[in-house]
Amino acid sequence: MIYQNSKPLLEVRGLRATVNGIEILKGIDLTVRSGEVHAIMGTNGSGKSTFAKVLAGHAAYVVTGGTVAFEGKNLFELAPEERARAGVFLAFQYPIEIPGVANNQFLRLTYNTVQAQRGKDELDPLEFDDFVREKMKLLEMSPDFLDRSVNAGFSGGEKKRNEILQMALLEPLLAILDETDSGLDIDALRIVANGVNQLATKDNAIILVTHYQRLLNYIVPDYVHVMESGRIIKTGGKQLALDLETHGYDWVSIEQRAAAGV
Amino acid sequence: MSAVLQNLVNQPYKHGFVTEIESDVAPKGLNEGTIRLISAKKNEPEWLLEFRLKAYQKWLTMEAPQWPNIKYPKIDFQAISYYSAPKPRKKLGSMDEVDPELLRTFEKLGVPMHERAVLAGVAVDVIFDSVSVATTYKQKLAEVGIIFGSISEAVHTHPDLVRQYLGTVVPIGDNYYAALNSAVFTDGSFCFIPKGVKCPMDLSTYFRINTQESGQFERTLIIAEEGASVSYLEGCTAPRFDTNQLHAAVVELIAHDNADIKYSTVQNWYAGDENGIGGIFNFVTKRGLAKGVNSRISWTQVETGSAITWKYPSCVLQGDNSVGEFYSVAVTNNYQQADTGTKMIHLGKNTRSTIVSKGISAGHSNNSYRGLVRIAPTAAGARNYSQCDSMLIGDQCSASTFPYIQVRNNSAIVEHEASTSKIGEDQLFYFAQRGISNEEAVSMIINGFCKDVFQQLPMEFAVEATKLLGFKLEGSVG
Repeated sequence: MIYQNSKPLLEVRGLRATVNGIEILKGIDLTVRSGEVHAIMGTNGSGKSTFAKVLAGHAAYVVTGGTVAFEGKNLFELAPEERARAGVFLAFQYPIEIPGVANNQFLRLTYNTVQAQRGKDELDPLEFDDFVREKMKLLEMSPDFLDRSVNAGFSGGEKKRNEILQMALLEPLLAILDETDSGLDIDALRIVANGVNQLATKDNAIILVTHYQRLLNYIVPDYVHVMESGRIIKTGGKQLALDLETHGYDWVSIEQRAAAGV
Repeated sequence: MSAVLQNLVNQPYKHGFVTEIESDVAPKGLNEGTIRLISAKKNEPEWLLEFRLKAYQKWLTMEAPQWPNIKYPKIDFQAISYYSAPKPRKKLGSMDEVDPELLRTFEKLGVPMHERAVLAGVAVDVIFDSVSVATTYKQKLAEVGIIFGSISEAVHTHPDLVRQYLGTVVPIGDNYYAALNSAVFTDGSFCFIPKGVKCPMDLSTYFRINTQESGQFERTLIIAEEGASVSYLEGCTAPRFDTNQLHAAVVELIAHDNADIKYSTVQNWYAGDENGIGGIFNFVTKRGLAKGVNSRISWTQVETGSAITWKYPSCVLQGDNSVGEFYSVAVTNNYQQADTGTKMIHLGKNTRSTIVSKGISAGHSNNSYRGLVRIAPTAAGARNYSQCDSMLIGDQCSASTFPYIQVRNNSAIVEHEASTSKIGEDQLFYFAQRGISNEEAVSMIINGFCKDVFQQLPMEFAVEATKLLGFKLEGSVG
């Protein structure tokens, strides 16, 4: 939701980045304020996921230009784990499997790490168990998730729910959801979206990276940005997503080119 | 391999110091004279000298095995000293008379030689180079009829027992290194648990190689009579030298009817430096005979050290319903090579065996699991379950699995599972994105991977092993 006078959380200016020497992001500008929900849409290869990973600090992506400020501070001065502790959360498009590491152990370690950073109390295994079970209800997850290895053998939908569970535990300031809707059936989509909606507050912000308008029926964005070839070529309200659904991505491209006189 | 991973695996070896102590070292070289010298120094009975000489003759006809997946220069057996003992100041009456320099050495290594020490409740036999220097809790154990101490001593105090069992599980000509050991073994532990006695404390031997040019050839013999049970721990360290030292041990276990022997090892011999210079060559033959009905032999090993590890703790399941177990974690880093695994030989009816092997390779190392499961025609209803998992850290190392399965009885059920995984950048990034540092992430992944084996270790050992792996792999990820 757009709030009057809310402070900017994320300010991206002229961001450029390469992977394996190929430039993927070619000058991105974006401002996200507390309380807002932004959707970034675009075709495959437009740079949406790269943008998400650059913000989280994935080592394979090299920032070659521009600035990103998070709460007014240079985000690139922070290591990936420091960004996470500062409140940047990435829900992975393909959550990583970690065989042998029990989910409850992993969840507790990440929770306590972030709690410690915020100067709050850490939870012992028993306290944490009660706490996490409560959060799992939000996502209609069965408690046996806790004893399984992190994401190992999880279905696509289970993995995505596990991501949102982590978001619920960590309460990030900025949550970037990278194609969280992909691979979800309609019921799972509803559950996940419902979970995300309940986590949205006036103090945090959400960036939804998605291909389809479908997710936006459940999580209503304040802004929709269309990305193409590593740039945001059009920004609008939620109506833009519906127009895209009707006319296709080509429609924006053509419109943009016309506006640019190309 | 990224810098983070590098730093994680490359922790310095903490036991690499040398003790300055006057030693009685035999001249280098191996011939009949050497063997007679060892035997004479130990004032051995004639039968034992003959055992040695027979083994030596056998060894001369044998060749070093070529089949392991390891590479090393030919060992010059004439360049090794086969006997090295710290010179005692006088005959030892009690622990308080042990050379203070030795006490300090073992204190530095965290091995309690005082019975009042922190690790009270574990009896320790301490082997320094070629000799046993001390055994704790002997008196207390003797009260329940348990014999525990050095094998050299047992040769004199219980010659019949030693003679009855020595070489019965690992015959003198069993393999090249076992033959060598049988010829030149110097000391080791002897343990006898009489009928019906459950050993009231864990027994432990701590092996330390100190001299640069000596080999260590120890011999351990553990016998559990009907209904007896014992848990035995073994630890090993050595100083850091830029040459290789040879360690060729033989361990024999015998479990009679309803007896239970659990043998745990944390092997942390010096592994060589980051360029593969120096380190122990570890060629060990360990075998347990589950002789009686319902007997059980369980091996648990955590192998982190040695430049080369060649070791297959095995179980011969002779008694009906006997059980054999092998739980192993083998970690290699830098240029270490390990070819390790087990043999489960099923002879008796309804014999069962379990193999859980976890290999972790980092750096440029090479880690192989080699295992044999043999079901004899007599072993009706035998069962085996094997699980061999390998984990790779970085992209310069290798892991191999060589499972041999021979089944000659139709009623047997044999299962084998294997997996290979890798600590990848993506896993570490995933942890990092949740605020967890690379070090914590690696430790969590490794501990998760080894959990099934660590659970088998006695408490103090499990803590030790977890720490050891942390050091060992510190810096290898990233």
